[in-house]
Amino acid sequence: MRDITLGQYFPADSVIHRLDPRVKILSLIAYIALIFCTFNFASLAFAAAFVLTVVLLSKVPVRMYLKSLKVIIVIVIITSLLNLFYGTGEPIWQWGFIKVTWAGIHNAVFVCVRIVCLILLSSALTFTTSPTDLTDALERLMKPLTVFHIKVHEIAMMMTIALRFVPTLLEETDKIMSAQKARGADMESGSIIQRIKALVPVLIPLFVSAFRRAYELAIAMECRCYQGGEGRTRMKQLHLSKSDYLSMIVTLLVIAGVVLFNVLFPHLI
Amino acid sequence: MSILSVKNLSCVYSKGTPFEHTAVDNISFDVERGDFIGIIGHTGSGKSTLVQMLNGLLKPSSGTIALDGINIWDKPKEIRKIRFKVGLVFQYPEYQLFEETVEKDIAFGPTNMGLSEKEIHERVLSAAKFVDLNSEFLEKSPFDLSGGEKRRAAIAGVIAMDPDILILDEPCAGLDPLGRDILLSQIYRYHQQRGNTVLLVSHSMEDVASVCDKVMVMNHSHLELYDTTHNVFSEGDRLNSIGLRIPQITSVIDSLIAAGIPLKKGTLTVEQAVEDITEYLKREGRL
Repeated sequence: MRDITLGQYFPADSVIHRLDPRVKILSLIAYIALIFCTFNFASLAFAAAFVLTVVLLSKVPVRMYLKSLKVIIVIVIITSLLNLFYGTGEPIWQWGFIKVTWAGIHNAVFVCVRIVCLILLSSALTFTTSPTDLTDALERLMKPLTVFHIKVHEIAMMMTIALRFVPTLLEETDKIMSAQKARGADMESGSIIQRIKALVPVLIPLFVSAFRRAYELAIAMECRCYQGGEGRTRMKQLHLSKSDYLSMIVTLLVIAGVVLFNVLFPHLI
Repeated sequence: MSILSVKNLSCVYSKGTPFEHTAVDNISFDVERGDFIGIIGHTGSGKSTLVQMLNGLLKPSSGTIALDGINIWDKPKEIRKIRFKVGLVFQYPEYQLFEETVEKDIAFGPTNMGLSEKEIHERVLSAAKFVDLNSEFLEKSPFDLSGGEKRRAAIAGVIAMDPDILILDEPCAGLDPLGRDILLSQIYRYHQQRGNTVLLVSHSMEDVASVCDKVMVMNHSHLELYDTTHNVFSEGDRLNSIGLRIPQITSVIDSLIAAGIPLKKGTLTVEQAVEDITEYLKREGRL
């Protein structure tokens, strides 16, 4: 339990780390849209090359990226296989009801590369941006929503608090599990139903303490006169620097590039 | 034969990563049946890791722990049996309460042991008696109790398993002085009446001095000292050098001895000190 790393921030000093988190989030969103607009191998390869460049620039060990890929490798394989067997057109290989077509192969490769690219780039975002920076940036990006009476600051504060308490609650779970095991609770054997039942002695104290912590935190915040986002200044102001503008231009160029490849080589399928 | 025999015990966390950390380093000791041992040391000196290894919650990286002469990891599948024999009360145990009534919560351990209803009921009653929780409390929800009562209920939950060795990790942490005294005297009474072995992890030298027969001093993952309480607290300088202090009364008496008044070195309780000083004054004819 103690070895779980959440929030996966990997501190290092790289170009990507120094970018404004807002720029990173917006670029990621643009890229997610973009990767699904790649219609031929040229544009797909171009988009993938961009991801690899970002991965290399981030100075985060490639091992870490592979680790994050490991989690979804099963999903990638299953979706690729499904696409492989459900293509339309002339079968080039057939065995019973299973048939493989060129369109199937094409789809399988595209789905696989797209998912991998998505995961890599989102990992690059979480690896290079601390959770507080992320929520900060989200708060700023969602600010226009206040027009619709959405409490953006409150949402961002909730996210920050939730992230802050993940390690605390993990530690607490660990402690309570040990305490119940010391009283002979058996969590490692038995049927699924028995195992779920065995969780009750862990979950109840965990919820109780989560509520207690929430209550204490609320009081502590009120004691310091916290009353939401109105008129609140911030210690860390986000500023766009030269490299941020540069990276926005790069993102735009990549988009243009993908569109160009789509148009230039339509026959490449 | 010693009830507990520990040989070359070590525990390393996150082995093979940059976060590698040796919490317990090559410790050996024996515990005799019926001993009441205090374990003292700084935060992070390895006390909690040590006691969690003693009841099989943590697996040692190397070394052996023998309970009644049998290595507790001989049959890893039966480690739960060891946990019934070596009862461990965690720090702030009140946060582990979860049942509807105090009675059911105390019964959790004995139920896991697979005892009969009658036996469970008897054990719950006798365990509750040790911590002075009467039948009125047993019907209540554990969440309606006060902090001190919750703590006592949680300790009763471990006592009810009737372990051969009872280990308490900082049982008095966060209690007011009166609550401390009451809880300590209850633990002391449990030790006297059951004659079971008790290990008490504590930060408070006074607590350890008042109830324990022997003291184990942990320092930087090592076992620094292990001797009778009297002998350990006679080594004031050595304890000071590792940043621990001796009980206040012991250091007061030591200063008096240094000033030329013939008193006994290693006095552990205020009562004892009062007795010695009165006797000295009478001898001198000043009283």
